[in-house]
Amino acid sequence: MAVVLVLVLVVVGSVLFHLLSPWWWTPIASNWDYIDNTIIISFWITGIVFAAVVLFMAYCVFRFRHREGSRAAYEPENKRLEWWLMVVTAAGVTALLVPGLFVWSRFVTVPSDATEIEVVAQQWQWSFRLPGKDGRLGTSDTRDVTADNPLGIAPKDPNGQDDVVVEATDLHLPVGKPVKVLLRSIDVLHDFYIPEFRAKMDMIPGSVTYFWFTPTRTGTFQVLCAELCGQGHPLMHGVVMVDTEQDYLAWLGQQQTFAQLSAPKQTGSANQPSGKTMASGLDVAAKLETLEAR
Amino acid sequence: MVDVTPADAVPPAEVGEMELYHPHSWWTKYVFSQDAKVIAIQYSATATSIGLVALVLSWLMRLQLGFPGTFDFITPEAYYQFITMHGMIMVIYLLTALFLGGFGNYLIPLMVGARDMVFPYVNMLSYWIYLLAVLVLVSSFFAPGGPTGAGWTLYPPQAIMSGTPGGQDWGIILMLSSLILFIIGFTMGGLNYVVTVLQGRTRGMTLMRLPLTVWGIFTATVMALLAFPALFVACVMMLLDRALGTSFFMPAIVEMGEQLQHNGGSPILFQHLFWFFGHPEVYIVALPAFGIVSDLISTHARKNIFGYRMMVWAIIAIGALSFVVWAHHMYVSGMNPYFGFFFATTTLIIAVPTAIKVYNWVLTLWRGDIHLTIPMLFALAFIVTFVNGGLTGLFLGNVVVDVPLSDTMFVVAHFHMVMGVAPILVIFGAIYHWYPKVTGRLLDETLGRFHFWVTFIGAYLIFFPMHYLGLMGVPRRYAELTDMTIMTESAHHLNSFISIMAFIVGFAQIVFVFNLIWSIRHGREAGGNPWRATTLEWQTPQTPPAHGNFGKELPIVYRWAYDYSVPGAKEDFIPQNVPGAFAPSREPA
Repeated sequence: MAVVLVLVLVVVGSVLFHLLSPWWWTPIASNWDYIDNTIIISFWITGIVFAAVVLFMAYCVFRFRHREGSRAAYEPENKRLEWWLMVVTAAGVTALLVPGLFVWSRFVTVPSDATEIEVVAQQWQWSFRLPGKDGRLGTSDTRDVTADNPLGIAPKDPNGQDDVVVEATDLHLPVGKPVKVLLRSIDVLHDFYIPEFRAKMDMIPGSVTYFWFTPTRTGTFQVLCAELCGQGHPLMHGVVMVDTEQDYLAWLGQQQTFAQLSAPKQTGSANQPSGKTMASGLDVAAKLETLEAR
Repeated sequence: MVDVTPADAVPPAEVGEMELYHPHSWWTKYVFSQDAKVIAIQYSATATSIGLVALVLSWLMRLQLGFPGTFDFITPEAYYQFITMHGMIMVIYLLTALFLGGFGNYLIPLMVGARDMVFPYVNMLSYWIYLLAVLVLVSSFFAPGGPTGAGWTLYPPQAIMSGTPGGQDWGIILMLSSLILFIIGFTMGGLNYVVTVLQGRTRGMTLMRLPLTVWGIFTATVMALLAFPALFVACVMMLLDRALGTSFFMPAIVEMGEQLQHNGGSPILFQHLFWFFGHPEVYIVALPAFGIVSDLISTHARKNIFGYRMMVWAIIAIGALSFVVWAHHMYVSGMNPYFGFFFATTTLIIAVPTAIKVYNWVLTLWRGDIHLTIPMLFALAFIVTFVNGGLTGLFLGNVVVDVPLSDTMFVVAHFHMVMGVAPILVIFGAIYHWYPKVTGRLLDETLGRFHFWVTFIGAYLIFFPMHYLGLMGVPRRYAELTDMTIMTESAHHLNSFISIMAFIVGFAQIVFVFNLIWSIRHGREAGGNPWRATTLEWQTPQTPPAHGNFGKELPIVYRWAYDYSVPGAKEDFIPQNVPGAFAPSREPA
C-alpha cells in the first residue's frame, strides 16, 4: 500500500511544487511572451497527462494488487481502445505543436525595421558593434583580427569605418526598438543568452548566426554564455542595459568608431604588447587563477 | 487468432544445431570464454565498475554546485573533467554496454532458444575490445593534463583547444581513441545479436512470439549498427584535426590573440554527425529498457502484455523515426532556422508511439494480479520517471520552447530523468528479476526494498526540482554559480538540497552493490523459475544454465511469451515450450 500512497504523493507533490515553489522564470523584458505562453500550454497538457497516467497506475495497484486466490484477466489486445488512445495522443501533440510552430515562424521572421547589431564572442568576453551613420555594418573576417582590430572588421571596407565598436564592456539598447542580433565568434562556440529576453543562439566561428527581439522595458540585464567554451565559461558574463531613447543617444555619443579606434594605434609603438584582445583574455585568466588558488 | 497446434506452428529452425567450443581449462572457461553468459557477466561487471567511477564523479560535481567555494580541489578545470567523464561513462560505457553487451548477451540466446550467439569467438573479442576501450578511457585520468573537459558532446573547436582541459594534452586523444575502440568492439557484438535473433531462433520461435525484451534489444542493436558509424567518422576526423592539424571541424580561429593554422572547417558538421549518432543513442538505451520493463510488468502482474503487436510496431516505429529527429539537439546551434519546422514535427510525432507504449504498460496492470515484488516496484517507478522525463521532452522538442530552456538545467533534469533514472531503474528491476537465473539465488529482499525506495524517491527529488532552476535560466555546465543576477538565495539552497539528495541516492547504490556480492553466497535459493515466468530462459534444465543452455534437446516453442492467467489453464502461466492450446488461445495471429 505504500506504493499507492507514494504514487499519489508524487502527483500531488509535483503539482503543489509547481504552484507554490518560489522558483520560476525571471520577469520578461522582451517581446517573447509568446514563448512563455507556449510553455504554459505545455505545462497544462503535460501536467494533465502526467497526473492521469500516474493516478491511473496508483488505482490499478490499489484495486488489482495480489490477494489470495485472485487471478488476472486475459485480454491480449483491444484494437478500438488502442486506436482511440492513439488519436487522443495525436490530438494532444498537435495542440502543442501548432502554437509552437506558429511562434517559431515569428521567431525566424525578422521585422524589416529591426536594427542590426553585432555581438562578437571570444574566450571569455563579449564585444559589440553597432552600425554607424550609414546604417550598415562593414564586413569582417577572423583573419583580420589583430591586437588593434580585435573584432576583425575588414580594414578596407568603407562601410565598416563608421561602425561603433564597444569592446569588452556594456552594451546599451533603446527600449521598444526591434533589434536583429548578428552573432559571431572568433575562437570557439559561445551562446549569447539573456534569461529575461528568453532568446538565445549559438555563435560559431566562421559563420554569422542571428536572432531578433524587442526589449520591452528598461533595466540592466546580465548576459550569460550558454554554450560550453572552455574553463572560463561560467565567468563569461556581460551586461546589456536597456535605456530610454534619450539615455541611449547620450551613451551612443560617447562611443568610438572603428576609424577613430584604429587611427591613433597606427602611429603607436609596434612593440606595444598584445593589445586589448590579450589584455581582456588575461583578465578572465586571472579570475580563473584566483578560483584555482582558493 | 488461430489455435496453436504443433503441426502448423513449428517450422524448422533456420540453422541446425551449432558446434560449440568446449573450454578445456579454467582460462577458457572463465576468462577467455566464448559462452555468451560468461561474456555477459564480464560486460556487466566491467560496466558496473566504471559506472561506480561515474557515480563518484557525480558526487564531486554536486559538491561543487551545492556548496560552491567550499572544496578547493574542484577547480573549474577539474569540474569540467568530472562532468565530461561522468556523461560519457554513463551514456556509452555503462548504459550501452550494460543493456546490449550485458543483457543482450545473457538473454538473447536463452530467450530465443539458441545454444549460444551465432559467432561465439567474435563475441569474445567484442568484450575484450570493450575492456580495452574502458582501460584507455581510465588511463586518461592518469595522463598528463588529465582527462578531457570538453563536455560529453566534445564539440569542436573547444574540445581540441588549450582553453579546455585536455584539449592540447592527452585527454581528448585518449577519449577519441577509446570511443573508436568501443565502436569496433560494439560492432562485433552487435552483429552477433542481430544475426542470432534473425537466424538462431529455435523451432517455433516466430518473430511475433519473441519476448519484447528481445525485440527491444534487437531493434536497439540494429540502430546502434547504423548510428555508431557517424560517431566513428566524427572521432576519426577530430583526431586528425587534433593530431595532424587538418581542418575538418576547424575554421579560421584566433585563440588568445594568436591566429591558428586551421581554416575552412565546419564546427557544426561535427554536431550533425554527433547527433545523428547521439539521438538514436537515446533510444539505443531506451528500447532495451522498454522491452525489459514490458516483460517485468507482464510477469509480475501475471497478465499478458497488453497490445503485443502494437508494442512491437511501436518499437520499430520509434527506432526508425529516431533517425530523423537528431537536429532537435541543435535548435539554437545556429543551423538554418527553417530546419526547426521539420525537426519539431518529427520529434513530436515520435511521442505518439512512445505514448502507446506507456498506455500499454499501465493497461497491462489493469485487471492484473499485481505482485509487488522488487522488479515490479522498479517497473512502476520506471513508468513514473519515464513519463515525467518524456513529457518534458515535449517542451524541448517543440523548437520555440527549447529556445529559452536549451543549455539550462532544465535540459539536464530532462535527460537525466528520461535516459538516466528511467533506464537505470529498469536495469535494477531486471537485475532483481534475472539474478536468480544467473546465480541460482535471490537478492536480499530487505536490502532490495531499501535500495528501491531510496533510489526512486531520492532520484525524483533530485531531478524534479532541477527543472525549475532551468526555467529560471540557470545554465548547465557552469562550474561556478556565483555572481548571477537571476539566481535567488533560495535557488542556491535548492542546489544544496539536490546535492545532499545525490549523496543519499549514491549511498543506496553502494548498498545495492553489497547486496549483489553478498547474495551470491547468502541469498535465498531460488530454484529454476522463481517468478513462474513463461519465457524460455526460465525453462532451462540447470540453473544457472550450463554451457549450451538447454541440455540435449533445444526447446520447441508452441506459444507466445505472454500466456499468463489463460482461462481454463490450471496454473496462471504456461511456458512457451508447453504444447497444446488451452481454449481459447488468443495469441495474436
